[in-house]
Amino acid sequence: MTPDSQETILLALLVPLVGACGMALAWKRANLRETVTLFTSGLLLLLVWSLVPGVLAGDRPELRLIEMLPGLAISFKVEPLGMLFACVASLLWPINSIYSIGYMRGNRESRQTLFYICFAIALSAAIGVAFAGNLLTLFVFYEVLTLSTYPLVTHKGNDSARQGGRVYLGILISTSILLLLPAIVWTLVAAGTLDFTPGGVLRGHLEGPLLGLLLFLFMFGIGKAALMPVHRWLPAAMVAPTPVSALLHAVAVVKAGVFSIVKVIVYIFGIDLLQEVSSGDWLLYVAGFTIIVASVIALRQDNLKRRLAYSTVSQLSYVILGAAILAPISVLGAAIHIAAHAFGKITLFFAAGAIYTAAHKTEISQLRGIGRRMPWTMLAFSIGALSMIGVPPAAGFISKWYILSGALQTEQLLAVLVIIASTLLNAAYFVPIIYSAFFLREDVGLTGDGHGEAPLPIVIALTMTAGLTILMFFMPELPLALAQQLILTAK
Amino acid sequence: MTLNMLLSHLPALQVVVPLLAAPLCALLRPRHLAWAVATLTSWVCLLISLTLVAQVQAGGTLRYTFGGWPSPWGIEYVVDLLGAYVLLIVSLIAALVLPYARRSVEREIDPEHHSLFYTALLLCLCGLLGIVITGDAFNLFVFLEISSLSTYTLISFGRDRRALTASYQYLIMGTIGATFFLIGVGLLYVLTGTLNMADLAERIVPLAESRTLHTAFAFILVGVSLKLALFPLHLWLPNAYAHAPSVVSAFIASTATKVAVYVVVRFIFSLFGYRFAFDQMQLDWVLLPLAIIGIFTASVVAVFQENVKRMLAYSSLAQIGYMMLGISLDSVTGLTASLLHLFNHALMKGALFMALGAVFYRIGSVQLGQMAGLGRQMPWTLGAVVAGGLSLIGVPLTVGFISKWYLILAVIEQGWWILAALVLVTSLIALVYMWRVVETSYFQPRPAGAVIAGEAPLSLIAPTWLLVLANLYFGIDTGFTIDLAGSAAAALIGGEP
Repeated sequence: MTPDSQETILLALLVPLVGACGMALAWKRANLRETVTLFTSGLLLLLVWSLVPGVLAGDRPELRLIEMLPGLAISFKVEPLGMLFACVASLLWPINSIYSIGYMRGNRESRQTLFYICFAIALSAAIGVAFAGNLLTLFVFYEVLTLSTYPLVTHKGNDSARQGGRVYLGILISTSILLLLPAIVWTLVAAGTLDFTPGGVLRGHLEGPLLGLLLFLFMFGIGKAALMPVHRWLPAAMVAPTPVSALLHAVAVVKAGVFSIVKVIVYIFGIDLLQEVSSGDWLLYVAGFTIIVASVIALRQDNLKRRLAYSTVSQLSYVILGAAILAPISVLGAAIHIAAHAFGKITLFFAAGAIYTAAHKTEISQLRGIGRRMPWTMLAFSIGALSMIGVPPAAGFISKWYILSGALQTEQLLAVLVIIASTLLNAAYFVPIIYSAFFLREDVGLTGDGHGEAPLPIVIALTMTAGLTILMFFMPELPLALAQQLILTAK
Repeated sequence: MTLNMLLSHLPALQVVVPLLAAPLCALLRPRHLAWAVATLTSWVCLLISLTLVAQVQAGGTLRYTFGGWPSPWGIEYVVDLLGAYVLLIVSLIAALVLPYARRSVEREIDPEHHSLFYTALLLCLCGLLGIVITGDAFNLFVFLEISSLSTYTLISFGRDRRALTASYQYLIMGTIGATFFLIGVGLLYVLTGTLNMADLAERIVPLAESRTLHTAFAFILVGVSLKLALFPLHLWLPNAYAHAPSVVSAFIASTATKVAVYVVVRFIFSLFGYRFAFDQMQLDWVLLPLAIIGIFTASVVAVFQENVKRMLAYSSLAQIGYMMLGISLDSVTGLTASLLHLFNHALMKGALFMALGAVFYRIGSVQLGQMAGLGRQMPWTLGAVVAGGLSLIGVPLTVGFISKWYLILAVIEQGWWILAALVLVTSLIALVYMWRVVETSYFQPRPAGAVIAGEAPLSLIAPTWLLVLANLYFGIDTGFTIDLAGSAAAALIGGEP
C-alpha cells in the first residue's frame, strides 16, 4: 500500500511505452533500437518483480488513474494471479527480445522498427490486463492488446498475412464487442460494480440460468482464451514472424485470455457461487471438448507452427478446465499452468523458429535427423514437449498434477478422463517429432546446404526458456505461493 | 465595464458576428483575405461558445431579449446547457475546418468563387448557431432556411458535376422539410397565439387533446426528420456528402445533422414535453423502428460502397439512427447517450472526412480502388483514417466506445437485449466497412500508373490530427462531455411536470 508500489505499477505500464518512443526515435539504427528494446524489457522485469515480495507479504497495491465513466475508473490492483501473469510476461520479454534480434536479422525481415514498437505496446497492454483492478480496465487493455498485435500478425504484408490478420482481428474484436462488452455492462447493471472482489460480486444479484448465460457471454467473449469454436484466430495468427507467435500467441495474448477467464470466475462470479448453481456446468464440457478435439487436430497437422498452435488451443483449455472444476486445488493448478505452459510453449516456438531460420523448414515431415545438426534446438524442443505432455522433470507436470487432484477430489470423472486422454494425445503428436529428429536418417535430397545450429542469440534464448521449464519443476515455490494466496483470498 | 457589457451580449454576438462577417467576405475579392476573415470569425465564434458554456455552467440558463422587447412579444435567445453544448460542437468543428479549408478549397474550387464560398460557409455557420440559440419557433425556421440555402450553395461548389444534382435533390427535399416545419409552427401559432418556445410549452399543456396540436406535432417532426435524414427520409444525404467539396462534407457531416437532432430534442422535450410525445403521441412506436431499420440498412449498404465518402455518408445515417434510438428510449440514460453521441460523432466524422479531404487533395479521388497502397505514402493521413475508424467502431480509449457504452447501458437498463445485440452487431459492420479501407490502403500495391502521392500539407494534417487527438482525449477523460450531456439530459427530462 506504500506510494512506492503505486509508482511501480504506473512505471510498469509506462516503461514499455516510453521504450516504444525510444525505438521510434532510433528508427533505422538497428543496434541502438535493439539496445533500447533490451534495456526496456530488462527494466520492466525489474519493476514487475520488485512488486513480488510485497504481494507475497499480503500487500495489494492499488492505483486509480482517470475516471473514464462516472464511478468507473481506470484502476489497477495487484493481486496474486495478476502478479503471476505479469511475472511470466515480463520474464519472457527480455529473452524473447534476444531471440527476436537473432530471428529478425537472420531472416532479414523488413520494417523491424515497427515490429519492436508494436511489441512494446503489446507488453504494456499485457501488464495492464494483469494488474487491472476492474472489468472496465481489463477490457480497455484487452482491446489495446488485440489492436497492437494486429500489425505484428500481418507483418509480412502479403495476401496470407492479410487473410490471417482478418481472421485474427475479426474473431477477437467481434467476440469482445459482441459478447464481452454486454457481459460487462450486464454485470454493472446487475451488481452495481465492476471491481474484482475476492468471493465475487454477483451473489444475490443474479441466479440460475441467467448466471449460466452471463458465464457464456464471458467465456466466449474472452476470445483470446481460444475456447472452441472461437479458437480459429490462433492458427490464423501463425502467419506472424515466430517471435510474435512465441511471446504473444503462446504467452502474452493467450495468457491474457485464460488469465481473464480465471479472474472472472474467481473475482466476479466467485467459486462458491458457481459451485452452488448448475447452470455453469457446461463450461467443463466445452473445455474438455476443446482439449480433446484440438489435440486430435494437432495430430493431423504437418506444419510445425500449426501443430504448436493447436497444441496451444488444447493447453489453454487446461487452464479453463482447472478453473471450471471449481475445486480450490484445481484453480491453483490452473494458475500454475499459466506459467508452466508459457515456459514450455515459448521454448517450442523458439525451436520452430530456429529450424526455420537455420534450415528454412516448416513442415514436420522434413525434420528427420535434424537433431544431429541442431542438437541444442532439438534438446530444448524435447524439454518443451515433455512439459506439454506433463512428464517430470518439466513444469507441466506440476500444474497437471494439481488440476488432476482437483478433478479427483470433486469426483469429476469426465475431467479425469479428459486429462488422461489428452496426455496420450500430446505424447502422440510430440514424441514422433523428437524420435525422427534424433533417431532417423536425414533425407539426402532435401538438405544440400548443410546448415548447422541457428544463430547464437536464438540458441541462447531457447536454452534459457528450456532451463526455466526444468527450473520451475524443481523450484515451484514462487508460483505455488502466489497461487495459494489466490485460492486463499478466493475463499 | 465594456467587458461586462460585451459579456452580456454574447448570445446575440454568437449569431451576429458570422452574420456580419459573411457579406464582408463577399466584398473581399482577394481570396486569402476572405479566408482569413472567415477563419477569424470561426475562432471568435468558438471563443464565444466556450464562454457561454462556462456562463451557463456557472449561472444557469441565459436569456437574452432582442432590442429590449420582453418575451413573449420580442424575440428571445435562450442558452441552456443543451444549447451551449450544441453551440460548442458547431463552432468547434467550424474553427477546425476553416484553417483546413484554405489549401483544400484552392485545390477544389475555382478561384473566382472563393469569396462566395467562404460567404456561404459563414452563413451556414450563422444559420446553424442561430437554430440552436433562438428561443422563438419562427425565428428557428428562418435560421433553418439560412443554413439550408447556404448548404445547397456549398454542395453545388463540388467539382464533380453530380454535385449539382445532389444539391438540387437536397434543395427539393430540404424545402419540403422546411415547409412541413413551417406548417407545424403555423398551426401552433393559430392554436396559441405565440411563437416563443417557452411560452408555447406552457400554453399547450391544457390543449393536449387538441387535434390541431397533434397535427402540428406530426408536421414539425416529419419536417425536421427530413433535415436530419432519418430513415426513410434520408435519400438526399449520401449524394450530398459524396459530391460536396471536402471541406463542406467535413463541416456539414459533423454539424448540420447534429443541429437537426438538437431541434428534435428541443421540440420533444422542451416544447411539447416528453410525456405528451411518448405517452400521448406514442412517438417511440414510430421513432424506434425507424431508427433500428435505419441503423441496420445504412450499415449494410455502407459495406458495398466504392466511394469512401459515400460509405461514410451511409455510416452517418446509421449513427443518426443511434441518436434517435437513444432519444426514443425515453430515459435519462438514453437521452444522455444520444447527446454524448452528438458530440462524439461530430469528432469522429469530422476527423474522417477531413482525412479523406487530404486524400482527395493528393490523388484527386476517394474511390477505394484509387486509395490502394496509400498507407505508406501518406502515413499521417491514413493513420487518421484508421484512428477515426477505430472510434467509429467503438474501440476503447476512443469517444466511440463511450457513446456505445452509454447506449448499451441505456438499452440494457430497459431490458431490451435484442436492441443491445443490434447495436453491437452494427458496430461490427462498421468494423467490416472500415477494415476494407484499411486493408486496401495498407496491403494492396498502388494501382498501375498512379502517381506517388506524398503526405498532405501540414495545414490539412494538423486540424485533422487535432480532431483525432480529441477523439482519443474525450475517450479517456470523459468528465467534461459526460457531465454536460448528463446534466442537459437530466434537465430536459427532469424539468417536465
